[in-house]
Amino acid sequence: MLRLTTFTLLLLLLTNPLSAQEQQTRTDFTSWPQVLNEARSQTVYFNAWGGEQRNNDFLAWVAARVEALYSIDLQHVKLGDTAEAVSRVLAEKQAGNTDNGAIDLIWLNGENFASMKENGLLFGPWAEQLPNHALLDAENHPEVRYDFTVPVEGMESPWLRAHLVFYYDSELVSAPPLSIPALLDWTSRHPGEFTYPRPPNFLGTTFLKQAALELATTPAALYQPVTEADFEQVTAPLWEFLDRLHPHLLRSGRSFPASGAELRRYMSDGEIALAFSFNPAEAMLAIKNGELPPSVRSYVLSGGTLANVSFLAIPFNARSKAAAMAVANFLLSPEAQARAQDPDFLGSTAVIALSQLNPAQRQLFNFQRHPALPAAEELQRQLQEPHPSWMPALEQAWLQRYSGR
Amino acid sequence: MLRAAPVLIILLLIGPIMVGLLMVLLPAFGYLPALNATEFTLTHWQELFAVPGLVRSLGISLVAGLLTPILALSLVFLYLATASESWLDRWIRRLVSPLLAVPHAAAAFGLAFLIAPSGLLSRLFSPWMTGWQRPPDLLIINDTYGISLMLGLVVKEIPFLLLMALAALPQLDVQRRVAMARSLGYRPGLAWMKTVAPALYPLLRLPVFAVIVFASSTVDVAIILGPSLPGTLSVMVLGWFSDPDLAHRFLAAAGALLQLGLSLTAILIWMLLEAVARRYNTHWLESGQRHHGEKMIWLLGRGGVSLATILTAGSLLSLLMNAFAGFWRFPASFPDSLVLRHWLSALPSLGQPLLNTVIISLVATVLALALVLAALENEHRHHLKTRSSIWFLYLPLLVPQLAFLFGLVVFTESLQWQPGLPLVIFAHLIFVLPYVFLTLSEAYRRLDPRWSQLAATLGASPNRSFWRIRLPMLLSAWLTAAAIGAAISISQFLPTQLLGAGRVPTITTEAVALASGGNRNIISVWAMVQALLPMLGFMLALSVPRFLWRNRQTMRYLH
Repeated sequence: MLRLTTFTLLLLLLTNPLSAQEQQTRTDFTSWPQVLNEARSQTVYFNAWGGEQRNNDFLAWVAARVEALYSIDLQHVKLGDTAEAVSRVLAEKQAGNTDNGAIDLIWLNGENFASMKENGLLFGPWAEQLPNHALLDAENHPEVRYDFTVPVEGMESPWLRAHLVFYYDSELVSAPPLSIPALLDWTSRHPGEFTYPRPPNFLGTTFLKQAALELATTPAALYQPVTEADFEQVTAPLWEFLDRLHPHLLRSGRSFPASGAELRRYMSDGEIALAFSFNPAEAMLAIKNGELPPSVRSYVLSGGTLANVSFLAIPFNARSKAAAMAVANFLLSPEAQARAQDPDFLGSTAVIALSQLNPAQRQLFNFQRHPALPAAEELQRQLQEPHPSWMPALEQAWLQRYSGR
Repeated sequence: MLRAAPVLIILLLIGPIMVGLLMVLLPAFGYLPALNATEFTLTHWQELFAVPGLVRSLGISLVAGLLTPILALSLVFLYLATASESWLDRWIRRLVSPLLAVPHAAAAFGLAFLIAPSGLLSRLFSPWMTGWQRPPDLLIINDTYGISLMLGLVVKEIPFLLLMALAALPQLDVQRRVAMARSLGYRPGLAWMKTVAPALYPLLRLPVFAVIVFASSTVDVAIILGPSLPGTLSVMVLGWFSDPDLAHRFLAAAGALLQLGLSLTAILIWMLLEAVARRYNTHWLESGQRHHGEKMIWLLGRGGVSLATILTAGSLLSLLMNAFAGFWRFPASFPDSLVLRHWLSALPSLGQPLLNTVIISLVATVLALALVLAALENEHRHHLKTRSSIWFLYLPLLVPQLAFLFGLVVFTESLQWQPGLPLVIFAHLIFVLPYVFLTLSEAYRRLDPRWSQLAATLGASPNRSFWRIRLPMLLSAWLTAAAIGAAISISQFLPTQLLGAGRVPTITTEAVALASGGNRNIISVWAMVQALLPMLGFMLALSVPRFLWRNRQTMRYLH
C-alpha cells in the first residue's frame, strides 16, 4: 500500500495538468488579421542552431521586436544539431501528440525539409499567405520556391541566403584556385594547405556536390532524382578527382575535420591556408572575433558556386502556429532583413528582392563592404543545389571509398 | 517507507529504460509506425553489417573499452603503492576531485589543444627549438588507431578510479597490512601491491565496469579525439540518429543494440581477464619475491599518475588561456593580448541556465541520495544481500543515451507529461542514481555494524541510530556521493534537451549549442563555467566534514 502511494505521489509530482488548447485549431490561417489576433500573447519556441553568438544575438533582437509589435513571446531554443528538434517532432507523432507539440518554428536545411515533408511532419501550406512573401519577388527569383530542388509549396518560409564561398590567407597565398580542377593543381603545389569536412557532414557533402557539378560531363543529371541517373557514370570524374586530391590534403587525406567549424579552426591555427564556408560572411565575422587574421579574403569560384536559401518550417503539431507565422513574416520585413545583412550584426545575405522595396527601405541596405566579404557581383555567380537524393548517395559512396581504409 | 526505496529505485531505472529499450528494439527490426513502417524485417541488420569500416570501428571501441580500465587501474594501483605524505601526493589528492569535476568533453577539448600539431605544447617549443613557423602536418588528434582517444580516456578515468580507491582504502587498514609485509622483508611498494591491492580490487570492481562501459561507448570524447574514418561505433550511431534522412533511424536503432552488445562483450572479456589474472596473481603472491619489481613500481607509480596530472592540468591551462585569449596565432606561445570579451559576451546568457542547472542538480541529487540511503538502510536493517540485483544499476550507463531517450520521449509524450523542469529532473535522476549508489554503497556496507548494535544496546531506535550514528559517521562518504551525483547531473546534455524540449536551458545545453559553432574561446569560457559548478560541489563535500568535525580528528578520516 505504502509503495503504491509513494509511486502515485511521484507520478503526480511529475505530471503537469494539460492546458486547454482546443480553441486554436479553429483559426483561419488565410486571413492575416485573424492570424495576428490569434498570435497575440502566444509563446513561440523557435528551434534554431545556436552555435554562433551573433546569430543568437540577432534572434534575441527579433524576440524583442515581435514582443513590441505583436506581443509574441519568442523563445530561441538553441540547438547544436537540427536533428534534436526533428527527433522531438518524430517522437511526438509516434506518441499521438497531434496538436500540442513543443516546437513551433524550426530552422531547417533542405535535407531535413525533404525528410520531414515526406513523413508528414510539417504544417502547411502557410508561407505564401504571409504579407511579406510578396517582397521575395518569387516570379523573378524562383530559387525561393525550391529547397534543394524539392518544391517548397508554401510549407516553408525563406529567411536568409547561403552561398558557398572560399577564403584564404592572403599573406600565405597569392593566387587561390578559381575552379575545382585548378584546386587539384594548387594543392599539388601547396600540399597540406587545404582539406574539407568529412561527409556526411553537411559542408563536406556540399564540397562533393560542388565538385561533382563542375566535373560531371552531364551536370543536368544531378538535378534529377539519383535513381533516374547512371550514378557510376555521372560521378566517375568526381572519384578520380578525389583520388588524386587526397594525397595533397592536410594529413594526406587520412583524417578530415568533423565540421565546418573545425575547418575554420584549422584555418585559425594556421594548419591550412585555404578553406570554404556556406556563409559568405564567415571570414569577416571570424576576423571581427579575432579568430582569423585580418589578411583573410573570400571569393567565389569563377564558374559559380552552390547557393541556396535557408527556410523556416512549422511542425504539424505546433501549438502556436499563428504566432510562428507572424514571426516568419517579421523575419521577411525590410527591417529584419536589413539588420540581418548589416555586417555589424549578422552579416548575412538578405533573401528579399530589393527591387520590391521603396527607396527609403532600400536605403536600409547601404552598407560599407568589409574587405573580407566577397564582392556583390561575385555572389551573382550561383549554382543551384542538386536534387536532395544525391546527398545520401554521394555520402554513401564517399564512405564506401574512403572509410576504413 | 524504507522497504519501498529499493522498489522505487528499480521502477525508476528499469521502467524508463525498458520502455526506451523497447523503442530501440522495435525499429531495429523494422517497426516504427510514425514512419509508416510496421513490418518486421532483418534488412536493417544486413545494412548495419555492410557499413564501410564497421569491423575496424567495433575493434577500436572494444580495445578502448578494455585498455582504458587496464591502464587507468594499473596506474592508480601503482601510484597508491608508492604514495606517501609528500607535498606532491597531497597535491595530487587535492586535485583529484576538481579534475573529476571537469566534464569529459571539456577535458578532451583542452587535451586536443594541448597536443595538436598547432597546440600549446607545439607552440611552446616553436620556432626556437623545432624551427616550425607553420604547424607540422602530423596526425596526432583523431589518429587512425584511437591512441589519442585512449590517452584522453585514461587521463580522465584516473581521477575517477583514484577517488573511488581513496574512498575505499580506509576500510582496509592499509598501514597494518603494509607494516606486516614490511616486517617480513618486503619492499614498501611490493608490500602494498601484495597485501592491499588484492583486497582493494573487489571494492573497485563496479567502478571499473562503469569505466569499461563509458570507454567503449563514449560519444563526446570520441568525437573530439577519436578516429574519424571510420569513427567509433557510438559516434556512427549518433550520426545515424541525427541523419536528416529519417530512414536512418532504423540503422541507428540496430547500431544502438550492437553498441549494447559491444559494451557487454567488453565486460565479459574483462571478467575472463580477471580469472586469468587471479591465477597468475596467486603465483606471484605466493612466490615470496620481496624485491623484484620494486623499481618498476616506483617508476610507473610516480611517473604515470604525475604525467596524467600534468596532462590534465595542461588541458585545463589550455582552456583557461583560450578563455581569455585575444588573437593567438601559431607559433606564438602566448596570446597577443588577454581579453575579457569572451566572458562578457557569455554573461548576459548565463543567468537562467545557471539557475536551472543549480535547481535540477540539487533536486535530482537530493532525491537520488534519499532513495539510495533509504535502500541501503533497508538492506542494513534487514541484513539483505543485493549483489545479484546490482546489474540493473548499470542499465542507464549501458544503453546509448540517444537511443533510449527517444523512446522515453515517446513514452512521456503518450502519457501527456508536459516537457519542462520536472521531467528533466526525472530524466537526470535516472543517470544520477547509479553513480550515487555506486559511490555510497561500499562505504555504507562496510561501516562496522557494531556501531548500530552498540547504539541499540544503549536503547536507541533504528531510526535514531541512523540519524545520529550512521549518517554523521558517513558524512564525508555521502557528501562525496552527492558531489559526484551533482556533477553527473550538471554534465547531462541529451536528457535535458530532449525531455525538456529545449525549454529548460542549462549551462551544458548552452555550452553544447555554442560548441557546435567551433569558436575555441567561447567553448573554453563555457567549459570553465561548466567545470566550476561541480568543483564547487566537490569543495563543499571536502570542507564540510573538516568544518563540522574540526574537534573530532578521527571522524574526519573514518570514511
